[in-house]
Amino acid sequence: MNFKALTATIALIAAAPVVALAGGADDDTLVLNGEVEMTTKAAAPAHMADTYVDEIISGWHFRADETQALQMDDFENQGMIFVDDGLATWETVEGSEGKSCASCHESPDSMKGVAATYPKWNEDAGELRTVQMQMNDCRVNRMGAAPWKYDAKVAINVEAMIASQSRGMPVDVQIDGPVKAAWEQGKELYYTRTGILELSCASCHEENYGNYIRADHLSQGQINGFPTYRLKNAKLNGVHSRFKGCVRDTRAETYSPGSEEFIALELYVKSRGNGLSVEGPSVRN
Amino acid sequence: MKLTTIICAAAFAAGAANAADVVAPSDASFTEYGEIEQSLTGVPGNPEEGMKVAIDKGLGNCVACHKIAQLPDVPFHGEVGPELSWTGEVRSEAELRGILANAKMMFPDTVMPAFYKTSGFIRPGNGYTGKAAEGDIEPILSAQQIEDVVAFLMTLKES
Ligand code: HEC
Ligand code: HEC
Repeated sequence: MNFKALTATIALIAAAPVVALAGGADDDTLVLNGEVEMTTKAAAPAHMADTYVDEIISGWHFRADETQALQMDDFENQGMIFVDDGLATWETVEGSEGKSCASCHESPDSMKGVAATYPKWNEDAGELRTVQMQMNDCRVNRMGAAPWKYDAKVAINVEAMIASQSRGMPVDVQIDGPVKAAWEQGKELYYTRTGILELSCASCHEENYGNYIRADHLSQGQINGFPTYRLKNAKLNGVHSRFKGCVRDTRAETYSPGSEEFIALELYVKSRGNGLSVEGPSVRN
Repeated sequence: MKLTTIICAAAFAAGAANAADVVAPSDASFTEYGEIEQSLTGVPGNPEEGMKVAIDKGLGNCVACHKIAQLPDVPFHGEVGPELSWTGEVRSEAELRGILANAKMMFPDTVMPAFYKTSGFIRPGNGYTGKAAEGDIEPILSAQQIEDVVAFLMTLKES
């Protein structure tokens, strides 16, 4: 028996307990409030043809049943409490112009589709904008109010309120034309192995989704569910803060929320979810 | 008894190698298969210590990625790498030393981190702070900790 055969045989003997442990994505169906059926699995978008991934899967499928249930009902989803806070902020007049978000946009449902298509190119400004950048542009230039700090609680709550208007709509961010360079930069960052542990986003979320890394069940690291309400810290969490946490875990120097790098990475990661339903605010552990 | 032998014996008794005998990360020499044949310290590894290093989240944290059946009391073994429960039967010390020091020498592109390496990183951080590393980068494990983990892995056999 050669060495390979030996290892293979032993692996076979041991396969049962290992497989029993392995989670993968489950086959549950996410129906919101008993009404809206969400697309939580879809064919990978064409730009992912050169990856291992042929099916994109929402992070919801990698969470425990109890956590999943919390997201299925708005009365159980504690993220919705923060959406209410966001709604109050939406209607609050601030700044030198005596305006609130509602003064210009009226009802929150005017925000339908925003979470599905951002980060998005802004022609007038000639820049790629995340939802938070657009909110700050409105605050500074239309309301005469101070910009919010990136991923500040108040900003995330309003972002979640905006996301909730698109729930069930497919993520559909543009990746070419004027945003092409940023998208390429984001892709480069996604595959760069950083830190003393030399891990990239792909090391965990492309090569190993479905596997446990210690107690954590690795998902594809999709952001269709952001902002996410995490049971761990009992608040809504922003995309860039999540990126920062993951990069820190590679024992690397992180980028900052709101940085050019994280804006580019947000576009790229979001585009890997093109076709999944917007779920924000989702519930995660 | 020669002086060096005495020093070695003393160092062994204390469970630590004489700094002068330690092979620095940059001096570790790999075979073409990615093995390191020579001990990094000259001091035999201590399997008990190696086991502690393997489960410590701040040190080896090997169980984050590998299942080790011999450690049923340690919660949450990962699935990212192959199970190590029979490693002592199928791998040599030289192979294990090489895999631990820098697994990419044997498995190109593997996700397994290099535990005895101090250069060539992109944006190295200061531990898990998210801040930039300052000064010289220390390897994740010391030379003796590598030897200890190798000794521990050699005890992993199917019973
Ligand atoms: C060392 C492993 C590791 C690396 C490297 C890593 N992550 Fe993660 N990430 C995790 C774990 C563990 C979780 C929590 C479980 C899950 O959802 O996968 C997570 C969660 C996430 C989530 C939340 C998913 C959800 O459904 O709520 C996103 C988004 C994410 N990661 C993106 C990234 C990006 C982008 C990078 C690279 C900059 C990255 N991660 C690098 C381990 C990692
Ligand atoms: C982030 C994940 C990760 C961590 C942490 C990790 N490993 Fe690994 N390890 C792997 C992967 C993946 C492989 C498979 C090699 C490949 O990529 O082909 C591997 C392979 C190995 C092998 C070779 C198995 C065989 O016989 O083929 C040994 C031995 C090993 N690891 C030991 C360790 C020890 C000991 C530690 C801790 C000091 C450790 N690993 C930490 C991911 C990891």
